[in-house]
Amino acid sequence: MAVGKSVIRKEARDKVTGRAKYTNDFKQPGMLHAALVTSPYAHARITSIATSAALAAPGVRAVLTGEGLPLTGEDMRDRPPIAADKARYFGEVVAVVVADTLAQAEQAARLVRVAYEPLPAVGSPHEALKEGAPLLHEHLDRYEKSKTTHPEPGTNIAHRTKIRKGNIEQGFAESDVIIETSVSFNPSDHVAMETRCATAEIGLDGTIRITASSQSPFMIKKLLHTYFGEDTGKIIVHTPLVGGAYGGKAPVQLELLAYLAAKAVGGRKVSVWNSREHDMVTSPVHIGLEATVKIGATNDGVFKAMEILFLFDGGAYSDKAIDVSRAAAVDCTGPYHVEHVWCDSLCVYTNRPYATPFRSFGHCEQSFAVERAIDELAKALRLDPWDVRRKNVIRPGHTTPTQVRLTKSNVGDMAACLDRLRELMRWDEWQRVELDAYTVRAKGISGGWKTSTIDTDASSGVILTFNSDGSVNLISGVVEIGTGTKTVLAQIVAERLNMNVDDVHVKMDIDTQTTPEHWKTVASRGTFMAGRAALAAADDAIRQLKEIAACVLRASPADLEVGFGRVFLRDDPAIFIPVKDIAYGYKFPNGNAIGGQVIGRGHYILRHLTPLDPETGAGKPGPEWGVCAEGVEVEFNRRDYTYRVVKAYAVIDAGKVLNPKAALGQAMGAMSMGLSLASREGFLFDQAQRVLNPQLRTYRLIRFGEHPVYIVEFVETPQIDAPYGARGIGEHGLIGMPAALANALSLAAGVPLNELPLVPELIWRKQKGDGYGSL
Amino acid sequence: MEEPTKRELVLHINGEQRTVVVRQAETLLFVLRDHLGLTGAKPGCLNGDCGACTVLVNGTPIKSCMMLAIETVGKPITTIEGLDDAPIQQAFVRHFAFQCGYCTPGFIMNAQALIDRHPDADDAMIQEWLESNICRCTSYQEIEAAVKEVLKASKTSVTR
Repeated sequence: MAVGKSVIRKEARDKVTGRAKYTNDFKQPGMLHAALVTSPYAHARITSIATSAALAAPGVRAVLTGEGLPLTGEDMRDRPPIAADKARYFGEVVAVVVADTLAQAEQAARLVRVAYEPLPAVGSPHEALKEGAPLLHEHLDRYEKSKTTHPEPGTNIAHRTKIRKGNIEQGFAESDVIIETSVSFNPSDHVAMETRCATAEIGLDGTIRITASSQSPFMIKKLLHTYFGEDTGKIIVHTPLVGGAYGGKAPVQLELLAYLAAKAVGGRKVSVWNSREHDMVTSPVHIGLEATVKIGATNDGVFKAMEILFLFDGGAYSDKAIDVSRAAAVDCTGPYHVEHVWCDSLCVYTNRPYATPFRSFGHCEQSFAVERAIDELAKALRLDPWDVRRKNVIRPGHTTPTQVRLTKSNVGDMAACLDRLRELMRWDEWQRVELDAYTVRAKGISGGWKTSTIDTDASSGVILTFNSDGSVNLISGVVEIGTGTKTVLAQIVAERLNMNVDDVHVKMDIDTQTTPEHWKTVASRGTFMAGRAALAAADDAIRQLKEIAACVLRASPADLEVGFGRVFLRDDPAIFIPVKDIAYGYKFPNGNAIGGQVIGRGHYILRHLTPLDPETGAGKPGPEWGVCAEGVEVEFNRRDYTYRVVKAYAVIDAGKVLNPKAALGQAMGAMSMGLSLASREGFLFDQAQRVLNPQLRTYRLIRFGEHPVYIVEFVETPQIDAPYGARGIGEHGLIGMPAALANALSLAAGVPLNELPLVPELIWRKQKGDGYGSL
Repeated sequence: MEEPTKRELVLHINGEQRTVVVRQAETLLFVLRDHLGLTGAKPGCLNGDCGACTVLVNGTPIKSCMMLAIETVGKPITTIEGLDDAPIQQAFVRHFAFQCGYCTPGFIMNAQALIDRHPDADDAMIQEWLESNICRCTSYQEIEAAVKEVLKASKTSVTR
């Protein structure tokens, strides 16, 4: 009925009329505003902060500095919410000014005098790992951390994940050929169109009310408790619609500043809203990477061994970068069967903005490295790069790098994705063709897969309340960040209750006091986890409806069915009672009543997940592996090194497509983000590690008219334990794009292109030799 | 520091007269959002780079973060709240031309002006107009489909 249809998102009308409200749209008279004072240095000792001039400025209510604040961090507590003795990245918050208006706060922020003593800045993972490199965190051994975090004190290594599967020496010994490829790219940004925003106010009874543009409203509660000892019962987080997130709104940062600011002004409501410039560098960013991949294979292209070193540029603080580096490690080979795997994945501290989840969570990064290496291997062996991938696809019965045995349910059909991609791209017809003296067309492909490295006890809850007209209210903790998940949940509920999806009303906002918890709206796990909870809630409601109807209809609940607005006898649907007549309980003609409002409740918690073994990486990090095969066709100009992406392809195993147009939108949107990242995005740093392009005029994104034609198809291999078999699809479109573009351009230009972004200058430089044209 | 002088302005917004008392340095965007409760125009960059704050002033799409409110006195202003179920709004819904919705008001206002002024716009002109706005969620293909559908329909109705 509802599943499999392109149901229009529930909040669509609000979004095209300007009525959709985001965090910064809630204005309230008397609300105070904060301005951030940030560090102009990437690494400096803070010797003094003079706040008196700022405090004396008109409208100023408070100036906050970092002294005496607890350290924060989800895996390891290494970050002061406001830098205290040392600033560790360009743009780090060193003071917060609170005033009556934003203009007053911003003016006063310029009056805060901070004295710095600059320190040598560490600019990249390999620099950070050099002997004698300046240490970002001298007391790495003293930080509180989770059991699964393994920092290496005395170095800049925040965490190391080790994957040891099979015997790497044996694997290379069995190989006819071994190739090695290195790749790298700088940190970049999510650039959600809505910059991050949080407000906080503290009531007289100590109730803390936060409104936040966040993917993790429930985590905000938990962390305010962990860091500041506040009772979770007294913290209420409101999250309205979120204007794009892509992982960047999973971490908790501005919420802490808003809370501290409210506390400093006697609990009054304070708004902290990022300017675009602050949003890009002060708030967490997309991780950078330097990686080396060594593949051993037989002459006919069968992989025997992979040795992979990931040096992730986690920036100044570990935040979720540790987890990202771990996620890349657990899926380090890509969707291929490799018997012998060795991988070290390091999360390295540098004096750069700190990293946090970015759509695909370590996987477009992993795949850029490995898929470039696979193309180089194919070239060395003179084999077709598609054939090499097809020959090595991972299948049920194989094990992953962390030694999880794959089943027909927990992994998608990689072979089917590759086969369809080959047809769609007309791969066999040509892979490189010269149109004229200067114009070359070329195709490149990439595989991709992903499981969600997620907390082993992540859970999700759903409540369904019935209205007296028989319609249903759906309340879930999934944040509507643009993915349309709440509409898909309504479809799932409508399908199970056999009712019209228009009669399922979705509560869009999150209010942690009335909304059941959903761990975090991340990892493409919304439809799976909240979907399972929604099914359980629907079943709970069905049981209640049948129970009441059984009394009224004088029949066993076992003989009843729910659907089409009725509860009816399975063998004689003419005997029925309308749902609306029992949704609030049933009143007999004599006035007696039974039942009460039907309230369905359901929850789901992930099962059988385990932490990784610190020495071998063995363990089960996530519930399933979604797979995809992707391709790009470029037109490259050999004269001026410019190029145009003509077509972009993706074949994704969706398990089951629940909403075709929405699924297509997710896939194409992710592909667009991947192409943008690969072709033009990335922070530029000067030698002192200051970011030179923290604004949208100099940090370029794909714009209208630069988009290629998108060709997307879905394969459907059901994940048995997921709602209607659906797998996560919000991220896969991105995973293969950087590698596919780099592979296509490498073929077009005839030179390996292993860095991002793939701007014409890079291609020119690589073709002419690295020293060419430099100053 | 001296309090900056404030001025009383009468603005013509969405067919209504609205009186506001604002600082002279106040941009149209902030007056719309903070003084008039018209939060459809979004502050995406305050630098004219993203187009999320686009509104129509005298029928011309303007990035309202780049114009002072005081400059708009006597000129009709249309914001997303002033559109009443316009074909472009319906087309955006039909074509799934948005996800998070944050850039949508700006895109729709820009597209509306294009449709009003150049119902016969070709691909190059469509690109020239719409490349001033950034959408981070969609692939732009959906937005292109929505805009072209409305342009096609308006062309047909003009021919008739």
